[in-house]
Amino acid sequence: MAHGIRIENLSKRYGTGDTAVDALKNVNMAVAPGAVVGLIGPSGSGKSTLLKCLGAVIKPTTGKMILGDDVIFDNDWKIKDLRALRRDKIGFVFQAPYLIPFLDVTDNIALLPMLAGVPNKEARARARALLEALDVASRARAMPAQLSGGEQQRVAIARGLINRPPVILADEPTAPLDSTRALAVIRILNDMAQRYQTAIIVVTHDEKIIPTFKRIYHIRDGVTYEEAGEGRAIL
Amino acid sequence: MISLAGRDILHSWGKFVFTGFGLGLLIGVTLTMAGVYRGMIDDAQVLLDNSGADLWVVQQDTQGPYAESSSIYDDIWRRVASYPGVAQAASVTYFTMQVRHGTRDVRALVTGIVTSELDAPGWPRFLIAGRQITKDHYEAVADVASGLQLGCVIQIRRNRYTVVGLTRRMVSSGGDPMIFIPLKDAQEAQFLKDNDAIIEQRHRTEASPVYNRPGVPGLLNAVISTQSTNPTVNAVLLRIKPGFNSHAITEQIQRWNRLQVFDRAGMEAILTGKLIATSAKQIGMFLVILAIVSAAIVAFIMYTLTLGKIREIAVLKLIGTRNRRIASMILQQAIGLGLIGFAVGKISSTLWAPIFPKYILLTPMDALYGLIAVMMICALASVLAIRAALRVDPAEAIGG
Repeated sequence: MAHGIRIENLSKRYGTGDTAVDALKNVNMAVAPGAVVGLIGPSGSGKSTLLKCLGAVIKPTTGKMILGDDVIFDNDWKIKDLRALRRDKIGFVFQAPYLIPFLDVTDNIALLPMLAGVPNKEARARARALLEALDVASRARAMPAQLSGGEQQRVAIARGLINRPPVILADEPTAPLDSTRALAVIRILNDMAQRYQTAIIVVTHDEKIIPTFKRIYHIRDGVTYEEAGEGRAIL
Repeated sequence: MISLAGRDILHSWGKFVFTGFGLGLLIGVTLTMAGVYRGMIDDAQVLLDNSGADLWVVQQDTQGPYAESSSIYDDIWRRVASYPGVAQAASVTYFTMQVRHGTRDVRALVTGIVTSELDAPGWPRFLIAGRQITKDHYEAVADVASGLQLGCVIQIRRNRYTVVGLTRRMVSSGGDPMIFIPLKDAQEAQFLKDNDAIIEQRHRTEASPVYNRPGVPGLLNAVISTQSTNPTVNAVLLRIKPGFNSHAITEQIQRWNRLQVFDRAGMEAILTGKLIATSAKQIGMFLVILAIVSAAIVAFIMYTLTLGKIREIAVLKLIGTRNRRIASMILQQAIGLGLIGFAVGKISSTLWAPIFPKYILLTPMDALYGLIAVMMICALASVLAIRAALRVDPAEAIGG
């Protein structure tokens, strides 16, 4: 089976000797293309560490990570250019949208393919197509400060999707939103995951959206437990 | 690829323009300081150009008449005028004083010139109004920078002079306007004592048994007579005939007359190398301090701007932006700030230079050097901000 992302026995240890802390202990996780899973856990459980490892921002201590068809980590990085890996293979959606304030909506999204060397015209065309899909095309020339919170988050999702990555890591994407907008964001993530066959991992504390996941990974003291979610439909 | 720096500047143009404006005023001051230095050099060269001399004959072992006082007899010009190759020779005096005009006074370099010979060395050149001095007494030609006008009556010591001509850019090496008067009047003004001092000296001479000897008639009168006149000038200016070697003439005069002779290069070296050397060093120090202050301001601004964008930089890094692109963005912004500052500085210095009391010479080359210096300072000043940006961990974009 093709996989969006799969991790096997992933561990992360901070420090050495007596002060060593095992933030992740043999974590296993597999998210298929087109699936949206929740990653839930209390503060200090290792959520952010796992997200940073998956995002190739910090180096795991041991384990294996497979992204799409590529082994990217097997007790060491198998990819030299981690920046290019993050740019081309991993999409990020943050708690706050963190759009670049001096770029308009289109260029905020088009920046990623431009960084990868895609010509400006083509990158902007791809950005506009995504904005259409996310129903914010009318704000294409607006600056981030002119958008509502929900619109900003949709633009952030578009930015995460623009390079068609096998996986999107969403770090509490609904935290600043009210129930209606939070559920709208989750619906969009589900739609996009289906449309672009992207695996999406949503780290969240948000009780409103947890029932919408079909699969949930709980993390506690660096260990994950998988369970089936309610998969409640979003109206 | 879009220009991140350009977009950021356009987005927060008010911040950049106002910061650039402040920096620009500082750059304007820096360019003006350089202009003051150039003006001093130019004043010195103009003084030499306008004297119309090829050689300056002054007192032995002095560097007169501009940098040091020099006193030579006023008949020496006859002797040196007879040397082969000398076209014209004329005595001159120079002294700086407060020239009274009505209720105010003007600081000026009063120059005594011979009036008997047309266009003699030392004569004011390039009159812009009026005429040259034609009488042997009580006429003056003044530079417009003195604020005097044709027909004004000025007082130099005990005599009054009518301004009959006006010149432009006839100034001393210190930038004081020159006022030309006949040589005899200038000698009197420079060397003659006031009435009280003359009477006091006569009494002293009469009381002295050395000069007032019984049985030596005429001695006292002769001594008093020599004390009442001063047959000296500061320098003799020489013009050389075409085709003659100034070095040979200089050597002959120095050897046989026990006088010091300077050519144009020597006099220029004295004026620029010695007379204004301290001022030049002061201006140099100011320029260094202003450069350091400008660099510190740019560094502080860029550092503050960068710290305000830490999260955006973390996001940029996380989504794969290379360090060199982020460094380039900050460098371009610093350069942009410098360009705005330089434009404001150039315009402001050009606008305020004419109203300065001293002559300010803003040269295109100085502007070019200034631009290069500003760019280098901005590039250097951005290093701190670039370091801060490069230290940003992309993980900062991810919570927890």
